[in-house]
Amino acid sequence: MIAASSEVLKFPILSALIVLPLVGAIVVALLGKSRPEWVKLAALVSSVTTGALSLWLLGAFKSGEAGFQFVSQHLWISQWGISWHLGVDGISLFLVVLTGILFPLVIVGIDPHHNETSYLAWMLLLQAGVMGSFLALDLFLFFVMFEIVLVPMYFLIGGWGYDQRVYAATKFFLYTMAGSAFMLVGIIATVALAQRDLGVVTFDVVKIAEGASFSTNAARWLFVSFAIAFAVKVPLFPFHTKKKKKAVTGAVIQMVNHGVSTGALFLLVGMIYERRHTREIAELRGIQHVAPIFAGVFTVVMLSSVGLPGLNGFVGEFLILIGSFEAARWWTVVATVGVVLAALYLLWAYQRVFHGEPDEANSSFKEINAKEGMLMAVFVAVILVTGIYPKPMLERIEPSVNSFIEHVEGQTK
Amino acid sequence: MNDLAAFVGPKIEWFSISPLLALLAGALILLLVGSLTNEWPKYWYSLTAVFTSALAIGLLISLWINVSNDGAKLLIGGSLTLDHFAILGSIAICASVVLVSLISSDYLTRSGSDAPEIYALYLTAAIGAVVMISANDLIVLFLGLETLSLSLYLLAASNRQQSASQEAGLKYFILGGFASAFFLYGVALTYGVSGTTRLNDLNTALTSYIAVPRNDAILLIGIGLILVGFAFKVSLAPFQMWTPDVYQGAPTPVTAFMASVGKVAALVSLMRVFVVAFPSRSDDWGVVVLVLAILTLIVGSVVAIVQTNIKRMLAYSSISHAGFILVGLEAASHRDSANVGDGLVAVGVYVVLYAALVVGTFAVVTVVARDASDGATSLDAFKGLAKNQPALGLVMTVFLLAQAGMPLTSGFVAKFGVIKSAVAVGSYQLAVVAMVCAVIAAFVYLRIMVSMWLSDGDAGEKVVVPTLSRVAIGLAVAVTLLVGFLPSLALDLTSNLAQLAVK
Repeated sequence: MIAASSEVLKFPILSALIVLPLVGAIVVALLGKSRPEWVKLAALVSSVTTGALSLWLLGAFKSGEAGFQFVSQHLWISQWGISWHLGVDGISLFLVVLTGILFPLVIVGIDPHHNETSYLAWMLLLQAGVMGSFLALDLFLFFVMFEIVLVPMYFLIGGWGYDQRVYAATKFFLYTMAGSAFMLVGIIATVALAQRDLGVVTFDVVKIAEGASFSTNAARWLFVSFAIAFAVKVPLFPFHTKKKKKAVTGAVIQMVNHGVSTGALFLLVGMIYERRHTREIAELRGIQHVAPIFAGVFTVVMLSSVGLPGLNGFVGEFLILIGSFEAARWWTVVATVGVVLAALYLLWAYQRVFHGEPDEANSSFKEINAKEGMLMAVFVAVILVTGIYPKPMLERIEPSVNSFIEHVEGQTK
Repeated sequence: MNDLAAFVGPKIEWFSISPLLALLAGALILLLVGSLTNEWPKYWYSLTAVFTSALAIGLLISLWINVSNDGAKLLIGGSLTLDHFAILGSIAICASVVLVSLISSDYLTRSGSDAPEIYALYLTAAIGAVVMISANDLIVLFLGLETLSLSLYLLAASNRQQSASQEAGLKYFILGGFASAFFLYGVALTYGVSGTTRLNDLNTALTSYIAVPRNDAILLIGIGLILVGFAFKVSLAPFQMWTPDVYQGAPTPVTAFMASVGKVAALVSLMRVFVVAFPSRSDDWGVVVLVLAILTLIVGSVVAIVQTNIKRMLAYSSISHAGFILVGLEAASHRDSANVGDGLVAVGVYVVLYAALVVGTFAVVTVVARDASDGATSLDAFKGLAKNQPALGLVMTVFLLAQAGMPLTSGFVAKFGVIKSAVAVGSYQLAVVAMVCAVIAAFVYLRIMVSMWLSDGDAGEKVVVPTLSRVAIGLAVAVTLLVGFLPSLALDLTSNLAQLAVK
């Protein structure tokens, strides 16, 4: 059963995780005119506080419990049964922590080169929207947060991206909005159908999950509408199989680890661009000779992405493959081929960029500096620690996953 | 002779029609006093219209409370209605008059042609609009329609220095005449079948006799012609061809007026006529409305993409909004569903929020994009606007996002209500088509946003935003954001909206 935990903290920590970056964005925007030198500090204070809160949340989270914790609920639109309903469980916990840690790191580590105020304001607004998407337990609130993410992303890509950034920003906005458009119809249909079982109009996820049941046909169409929205945002082919607890736990871990390793990889690519003003593999060669530490960091992150045992990427992949093998043998084979291909393209790219003799242009590649080093140290630490000792993560994720699967199996019998 | 001697006129509920009287008083003062005296001080013409409309809004609010307590009723022998639906539409109309008068003042002063006639015409148009949406009799509705239309024809042609404006007025007049003729012919046919032009009596007549096949054909043709007449006024596809040309040629504040008052009046009265008089034939007209809605949505969103003139772009966007509102009418045609009232409520909320939004958008266009002598108001005027004047750029961004239906704006609340009403009666396909067209239309707004934020503009003259326009834009933004964050404010109005006056 997906039930709200009885634990209710006096301080609305989840609301704070959303409101703090939002307030930070407003403060940054206002300071930008009068005191531009304080802008970065304000952004840092806001995002670091949010990060600290998310780490505290990690510590305070009751391991072994399945339900939503730290729930806060306030009525928002009474006519439609919509409330400001937030909660965190094992599945969303680490995504929230990832968001909390990633944003301050990015704000410290990246120099936007122009219009710093707007950049930081949009970043903080983005953080608020992303946090909200993870924490929302009301379908309407979730949709609002999901869509709110579009605007800062559009301006960030369009304003600070590289070639063809306006085209990319516009394409991003329209594709995502199109996916969300289907999801909106799906959300309203879910509420309309649930109304028959529940007797009232409500957008509350917990209430609908507990009280409403959907016919197989209806459930399929609703799934499609949500899947379109999510599939557009995440370029992932839907892996639909009989639910197995190991596989789903692995998937949750994979989400988090993917965030860490891909985030780190893109930061490293950004560092390459800063130095060489190109991202073309053909123009890069022999970096390992001139910047061995940088190459070392890149190796660790890359191997995490490949799924080398001992690093975080392995945990998720292993659980998914083991869990899926029992349920869908041939899909698992396909997935494993994907793992092999990932190793192939990453290692080959690494060889072309880092091995060999550097030429004129590449020999001036500067080694990683102190600021960048500290930034990447956090990522490498997370990669190593969660790879060698994933047990604390698993302890918090598994109960929520188990209860989720039991709930689904109970509904579909 | 004896019959004539015994004639007793209908009872006139003076207080219930006081908003109309207030608007009439304002129009008369402007026309009579304005023409017999010297030129008034700056802004006084505009403020007279603003004050009159504000007074009308005050009276409407007290009427609203009356209806909440005593229920809806018919006025003047059953020719006008007094219910929440009519009052809400009237408030939207009067609020639009307030906002448009504010921005007209600066526009006219800029071109040196400030005069009382324009404002008097706004007020007479508003009178026609209010009569139209409150009418319980098709002839009275026609009276209101003609009053509104004639005022609009004159307003469209009011910029005597621009030939584009004359052309717009003439086009509107000719096509509007056709539309009114279609409408009237439809009224005549339905009268022939039923023997009445009262909306409530029509329904009684049509439900209480057994349909003779020949009569039913005439009835359906009559309903079809009425629908065509409305479709012209609302600019539904395929009757929307006049809209881009007329919106482009007319002076920009007048375009704002047409897009708000003109559309609100036509849509609300269309809703009322079909929900009150013809629900018995909803299986027949429901299909037609469905097709019209889909065509309008597609035409409005797709053709907007290729426009370079911002007024034409916004004309097509208003066409797609009309398509969205029509989804609500289609929902109201599902008589068998328990949620059939949702469509009416959704339409009521949408038109109110849409009016504020569209006037706000056109207010910014009035200030930023100057009407050239050939009526061209190019998108180029917006290039780099947000970089040079962030406040104005931000305000326009809010309006554009609201038109696109971004959450936390009133536009989202409006669209959400309409889609919800469609899903509640089972029109899933229409809901999906509407949402997809919303995304296509979003591209149009995005283009303007790109131009404002991500292009470099000429570092030329800064756009001056005069005081009255600031007030108008400020009010519109406030409504847009307030309702976006706290939709309950708007939804609280809807509890009795579906109870129309039928006796």
